[in-house]
Amino acid sequence: MNQTAASARPQKHPINRLTLKQRIKSYLKHPLSLFLFLIVAAATLITVFVLFFLILYILIKGIPYLTPSLFAFEYNSENVSMFPAIITTIMMTVFSLILAVPLGIFTAIYLVEYARRGNKIVELVRLTSETLSGIPSIVYGLFGMLFFVTALHWGFSLIAGAFTLAIMILPLIMRTTEEALKSVPDTYREASFGLGAGRLRTVFRIVLPSAIPGILAGVILAIGRIVGETAALIYTAGTVAQIPTGREFLFMSGRTLAIHMWALSGEGLNTNQAYATAVVLLIVVLLINWLSAAVAKRLAKS
Amino acid sequence: MSRQKLIEKAMEILFLICALTSIIAVLLICIFLFANGVPAMSKIGVFNFLLGTKWTPQDIPASFGIFPMILGSIYVTAGAIIIGVPIGILTSVFMAKMCPKPLYKILKPAVELLAGIPSIVYGFFGLVLLVPLIRETFGGKGTSMLTASILLGIMILPTIIGVSESSIRAVPDSYYEGALALGATHERAVFFTVLPAAKSGILAGVVLGIGRAIGETMAVIMVAGNQPRMPAGILKGVRTMTANIVIEMGYAADLHREALIATGVVLFVFILIINLAFSLLKRKVD
Repeated sequence: MNQTAASARPQKHPINRLTLKQRIKSYLKHPLSLFLFLIVAAATLITVFVLFFLILYILIKGIPYLTPSLFAFEYNSENVSMFPAIITTIMMTVFSLILAVPLGIFTAIYLVEYARRGNKIVELVRLTSETLSGIPSIVYGLFGMLFFVTALHWGFSLIAGAFTLAIMILPLIMRTTEEALKSVPDTYREASFGLGAGRLRTVFRIVLPSAIPGILAGVILAIGRIVGETAALIYTAGTVAQIPTGREFLFMSGRTLAIHMWALSGEGLNTNQAYATAVVLLIVVLLINWLSAAVAKRLAKS
Repeated sequence: MSRQKLIEKAMEILFLICALTSIIAVLLICIFLFANGVPAMSKIGVFNFLLGTKWTPQDIPASFGIFPMILGSIYVTAGAIIIGVPIGILTSVFMAKMCPKPLYKILKPAVELLAGIPSIVYGFFGLVLLVPLIRETFGGKGTSMLTASILLGIMILPTIIGVSESSIRAVPDSYYEGALALGATHERAVFFTVLPAAKSGILAGVVLGIGRAIGETMAVIMVAGNQPRMPAGILKGVRTMTANIVIEMGYAADLHREALIATGVVLFVFILIINLAFSLLKRKVD
């Protein structure tokens, strides 16, 4: 009895660490425990293996095909350049963020700073944003096609895509901002009120600046979703492979990197270039994950 | 001073209007989907549409039965659950209860990365690696229900791991310590006291995973084969509702187009039910 109790590893205060020998002995005595440990370890190994295998496989297969011609300024069917797609992706990201970030932040400000407790609107906003975050991207795509493309006569265009994506990332930005605002201590607000500042000044001068790292982490995650999005964009932004230019560029169709990759792999002729595009997408995603982790770390420090 | 007050009031109203956008968005999505999809359903006949087994929009007369696609979505999702849930829950047990700290610092970002990889990249990975693998191991074309299930199983891992891990961590330590005091080993204590206590949270994670799997589009299209007929076996191709929409929307017109939007409506209703189940479960946990 004594021995089995000791064989467990207390996690917080390691009073009596077990040697490997003791652990093996305990496992031999309790085959079920050994079995449980093994399946848990196996599952974790599978998860990690799948991730690293996927990343390495795509990097190894794709990096040799990252040729200069893939980054040529103009797209044609010969060079299948991804440069226009990169520019379009950046434009799409910027426009979606311009729409969604202020909306999301203002909504969060209302929920946290203005609304009174038990406010019916707050509950409704929570419910709808939860609903929004569960809707799959293809449904957003359908809605964008029906509303922005058809009903508002915007056609397949950057702006239709950006509006669709803005609705899609709105709940994400809202939730992260809300959490960031809530984590600002009430003493900050009280001190500001005590010095005679109004509610508005308190929000913009005191609360928001201290919540910025949290908001930033949400925005970075949102960028990740925009860059990787395909299903919501095919029938809203369209698949034209040129950079939208000119005075009415907002109302021109353009393909982002993810759609570019979908088009390439769908045609079946440009698998190697699809690999290369996948490499670029993966690198962007890795960068974004690293960035948001770095921001979160700074957040934890302060 | 009164100008100050005016600005304060104006900004409060602005914030309120912003807060209303998410409500308006949900309303608009519902209105536009239902208004465009429901008429088609009544034209085709609700039973013919939902339970019809033939999808031949180009034939004369055309037949719009989406039962094969509904089944396809359900089968593929079930496959993803069978593959993804055990691995996901066991991994979350490791991360919450058995993982040394230095290892956790690698594992946690790894799982987050798994969640961040775009579905198109997953799909491509499935296309170039899983499809040939299945073809050579089991025969057939390689694009099949099995391939789609495996790929989706991988894709829902981070969802399940994330939710399960936090609900396992939320179980009070006294449960674990009590089990140890009664002489259980570490593994027994985790599996037979902590895990049952985290049951509702884990179930919520599984439900969320179901939602992800049933709504996944691009990755499934690339590996599932997409034949619009009744699912014929685990190694045969299937078409899901999501795939049906994306594949045919490009050239569909009139009733065909409306039928595709109606497919979206059915998918949307599925998702709403799943969301409801998730929030009920979450409420139970809280």
